[in-house]
Amino acid sequence: MAESPQVALKDDFALVAEAKAGSYAAFDELVNRHEKKIYRLGLNLTGNPADAEDVLQEAFLKAFVHLPDFREDSRFYTWLVRIAVNEGLMKLRKRRSDKSVPIEDSVDEEGDVMPREFADWKPNPEEQYAQAEIEEILRNAAQTLSPAFRTVFLLRDVEGLSTQETADMVGISEGAVKARLFRARLQLREELSKVFKRG
Amino acid sequence: MKCSDCFQQLSNYLDGEIDAGLKRELEEHLGKCHRCQVVFDSARKTIELYCDGKLFELPSGVRDRLHAALRRRWEEAAR
Ligand SMILES: [Zn+2]
Repeated sequence: MAESPQVALKDDFALVAEAKAGSYAAFDELVNRHEKKIYRLGLNLTGNPADAEDVLQEAFLKAFVHLPDFREDSRFYTWLVRIAVNEGLMKLRKRRSDKSVPIEDSVDEEGDVMPREFADWKPNPEEQYAQAEIEEILRNAAQTLSPAFRTVFLLRDVEGLSTQETADMVGISEGAVKARLFRARLQLREELSKVFKRG
Repeated sequence: MKCSDCFQQLSNYLDGEIDAGLKRELEEHLGKCHRCQVVFDSARKTIELYCDGKLFELPSGVRDRLHAALRRRWEEAAR
């Protein structure tokens, strides 16, 4: 789809204002800008492409419907991430409803986590696997985390939200964000070590 | 510094939330302890991989369906 250079140069705030005033081109540019990252978020959160597509569509449809309520006191992208995370967690809840596993589990943030894998990694694993293959490795590793830990990791380390933004979005303390992030990083590292270690 | 104390500082170190004295101690330990060095390097690499935009492509079919759905919704709303 051709996009006018004028639209492509504008920042999100300007595009949001134009979209609110009825410009589809402006809204479409916001979608172009953020669709890939929202899809990735959905993929890592839910662990499967079909759910990720639902998350992507629902997030942008909701963003469209609620655009008049969006107040420019936060970044558009952060607002979008919040919507997408809620959609993703809802999917997980539905999937688990028959097993009665709560998403906001009372996760153990205290106990010891000690690394077990100490082998060096192959250099540049991203160059040694096909893109689709490595994508699957990463999203499967993310699925070994509980949703509560996974969400914190994705918000902090991948979406680049601050500790406080993450705490607000998830509804936990900043200390809990840090504790979950620490454990999530270590656990993902363990999982990926199984695949990427040398030898 | 013991390895267990070193691990505990992993996040603080990666996030640059560590004071200079402790950082120096930690880097000294990392220089001598291969196991801790591996853990820190691979933890950093783990984060890099998840952030690597090239590794997560939006399939074109997914993109087409998204834009079609949004266009439809927009036109309904305009009616
Ligand atoms: Zn050590």
